[in-house]
Amino acid sequence: MEYFIELFFSGLTRGSIYALIALGYTMVYGIIGLINFAHGEIYMIGAFTAFIVATVLSILGFPALAIFVIAALAAAVWSSAYGYTVEKLAYKPLRNAPRLSPLISAIGMSIFLQNYVLLAQTSDFLPFPQLIPDFEFMDSIAGVIGSSDIVILITTAVVMVLLTWLIKYTRIGKAMRATAQDRKMAMLVGINVNHVISATFIIGSSLAAVGGLLIASHVGQINFFIGFIAGIKAFTAAVLGGIGSIPGAVLGSFILGLTEAFATGYVSSDYEDVFAFSLLVLILIFRPAGLLGKSSIEKV
Amino acid sequence: MISFKDLKKAFLVALWFIFLTFPIMVIKVNPFERTIAWRWHNMFYVAAGSFILYLIGRLFLINKAAQQERMKKQGIKSVPKTDWQQRLLTEPRLFIPTLGIMLVILLVFPHVLSTYQVNIMITALMYIVLGLGLNIVVGVAGLLDLGYVAFYAVGAYSYALLHLHFGLGFWTVLPLGGMLAASFGILLGFPVLRLRGDYLAIVTLGFGEIIRLILENWNDFSHGPSGISNIPRPGFFGMEMTLDQSIMYLYYLMIGMVIFTIFVVNRLQNSRIGRAWFALREDEIACQAMGIDKTKTKLTAFALGAFWAGMVGVIFAAKTTFVNPASFTFLESAIILCIVVLGGMGSIIGVIIAALVLMLLPEYLRAFSDYRMLVFGGTLVVMMVFRPQGIISTVRRTYTLEKKPTIT
Repeated sequence: MEYFIELFFSGLTRGSIYALIALGYTMVYGIIGLINFAHGEIYMIGAFTAFIVATVLSILGFPALAIFVIAALAAAVWSSAYGYTVEKLAYKPLRNAPRLSPLISAIGMSIFLQNYVLLAQTSDFLPFPQLIPDFEFMDSIAGVIGSSDIVILITTAVVMVLLTWLIKYTRIGKAMRATAQDRKMAMLVGINVNHVISATFIIGSSLAAVGGLLIASHVGQINFFIGFIAGIKAFTAAVLGGIGSIPGAVLGSFILGLTEAFATGYVSSDYEDVFAFSLLVLILIFRPAGLLGKSSIEKV
Repeated sequence: MISFKDLKKAFLVALWFIFLTFPIMVIKVNPFERTIAWRWHNMFYVAAGSFILYLIGRLFLINKAAQQERMKKQGIKSVPKTDWQQRLLTEPRLFIPTLGIMLVILLVFPHVLSTYQVNIMITALMYIVLGLGLNIVVGVAGLLDLGYVAFYAVGAYSYALLHLHFGLGFWTVLPLGGMLAASFGILLGFPVLRLRGDYLAIVTLGFGEIIRLILENWNDFSHGPSGISNIPRPGFFGMEMTLDQSIMYLYYLMIGMVIFTIFVVNRLQNSRIGRAWFALREDEIACQAMGIDKTKTKLTAFALGAFWAGMVGVIFAAKTTFVNPASFTFLESAIILCIVVLGGMGSIIGVIIAALVLMLLPEYLRAFSDYRMLVFGGTLVVMMVFRPQGIISTVRRTYTLEKKPTIT
C-alpha cells in the first residue's frame, strides 16, 4: 500500500510538471493552431538559465532562498524572451503559409536551440543545485513523499489558479479567448492580434520555465537534451486532454503522469517512454479530439 | 537601399540578442570546481552576427518587394521562368551531355580517389535515396513524417536478424527488408492517416521513438544497445573480394540504386497515383470530392516511402556490417527532412543536390562539423521563411492546348 501511495505521489509530481509544459502547447495551439515543437526547448533553456544563475549565485555566496527566487525569476524572464523571439523569427512570417511550413520551421527551431545550448554550454549532465530544502516537518512521511514533491504540487496549483484568473478575468485573457475563437473577428473588434499572440508565447514560456526549474531541482541534473522528451510527453498530455483546452491539458497531464508512474512501478522502467507514446497513439486513434476537446468538422 | 532607420533597428536587434544570449553564451559555470568563466568575446560575436544578419534579411526583403513592384508595373503576375535549371531539364541538347558527363564522373570516381572518399560518397548516395523516398511522403503527398528513420531501422535490423537466424543473404533480404518496412508503414499508417497533418507528425515521431526504444530494450530480440555485428557485405555471385573491392562494389550498387529510384519516383510522380498525391497535398476536401480514395492514396504514399527507407536500411547494415539502435535517432529523421525541405518539396533534382551538399560539406569542412546540426536546424527555419519552395522548385508537367477553342 505504501508503495502504491509513493507511486501515486510521484505520478502527481510528474503530472504537475507535464501540466506546466502542456499549458504552453495548448495555449499556443488554441490561438494559432500550431504545434510549437520548440516549446520543449524553451523549457530546457529555462532550466539551463536557472542552473547558470543559481550556480553563479551560490558561488558568490547568496542565501538559499534568495538563490531560489532569483533563479526562478531569471528562468522565467529568459524563457519568455526566447519564446517571444522564436515566435517573431520562425512563426510570424509564416502566419498565412500552408500548414506544413510553420511546423517544419518549428522543428528546425527546436533542433537549432538544442544544438545552440549544446555548443555554447556542454553535452555533459550537469548537477543542478538543490534549491528546495528538506523541510523538517516532512521527516515523518519522507519515505512516501519528498519535500520537493510538495513544493512542486503547491507551486503548480498556485500557477494554475493564477492562470485561470488571468484567462477568465483580465483584459489580455479575454483578448486571448477572443483570438482563439476567431482571429479575424477579434481583429475587427480592435484586438491587436500580434500582441495577443506574443503574450501567449510569453505566458506559455514562463510556465515552462517554472516547470524546468522545478523538475531540474527535483531530479538534480540537467542536460541539453531534456527538452525533447519532456516536450513530446507534454504534448501527449495536451492531446490526451484535448488540445486547445486548458483544463484538458491539466487533466491529461495528471493522467499521463499517473499512468507512467504506475506502469514503471509495476511493469518495467525500461519502457517508460514507450508507455507514453503508446498512450498517445491509442488516444489519437480512438478519440482524436481528446478527453475534453471538441471535435470540429472542417467546413469548406 | 538600407536607410538610417534600418541601421537603428539593426542596432536594437543586436542589443536584444546580447540580452537574450547572455546567460547561455557568456557565462559558463563549472559546478564541480565552483568556477565561473565569463566569455565576453562571445557577446561581441552575437552582437556583430545579429546586426549583420538583420541587415542581410532586410536587404533580401527590400529586393523582394522591389521585384514585386516591378512585376506589378509590367502588369504580369508571375513571369514564367526559363532559367538555367529548367532549360537543363527540358532541352535534350543540354540535358543528354550533362547527364553523360555526370555519369562518367560518377563511374571514374572510385578509381581516382581513396576508399575513404568512396565511403563518404556511398553515405551521400544513401541519403539521396532516403531523401527521394521521404520526398514521396512529405514533398509529394504532403504528409509530414517525422519517424522516417523507423523504417530505415526496420530495414537494417531485418537484414541483421534474418542473416543471424536464417542465414539469408543480402540479395534475398534487400526486397524483403523493403517490403517489411512497407508493411510497417501500412501498419502505422492505417490508424493514423485519418488524422490531420500536425497530429500525424507527432504520431510518426512517437512511432520512431517507440521502435528505437524497443530495439534498445528488448535484448532477446535485438541484442539491445550493443547491437548486432558481423553482418556480411553484399556478395557478387560468391566471388571473394577484398575490403576495397567490396566497397567499390557497394558504390556501384548504390549508383544503380539511385538511378533506379530516380526512374521509379519520376514515373510515379506523373502517374495516376502521383497526380492523386499532388492533388491530396493541395486540397484534401476537393480531392475527395473528385472521387479519390483518401486513405488508400495516403497509405500508398506511406508504404512506398517506407519501402525505400527499408531498402536503404538493408544497404546500411551491409555497408557498416554492424547495426545498433544509436544509428536510428530522431536526428536522422531530421536530417532527411532537411534534405527534402532544402531541395524543394517534390523536386527530384533538388533533393539530390541537397543530399550531396548536406552530406559532403560537413565531411570536407571538418572544422565546422560540430555546427552541423545547428546549421540543419537553422536551414529548416530560413528555408521556410525565405524560400519555402526549396533551392529548386518543382516544375509540374503541364499540357497546353494545341488548337485554340473556337467559339461558335
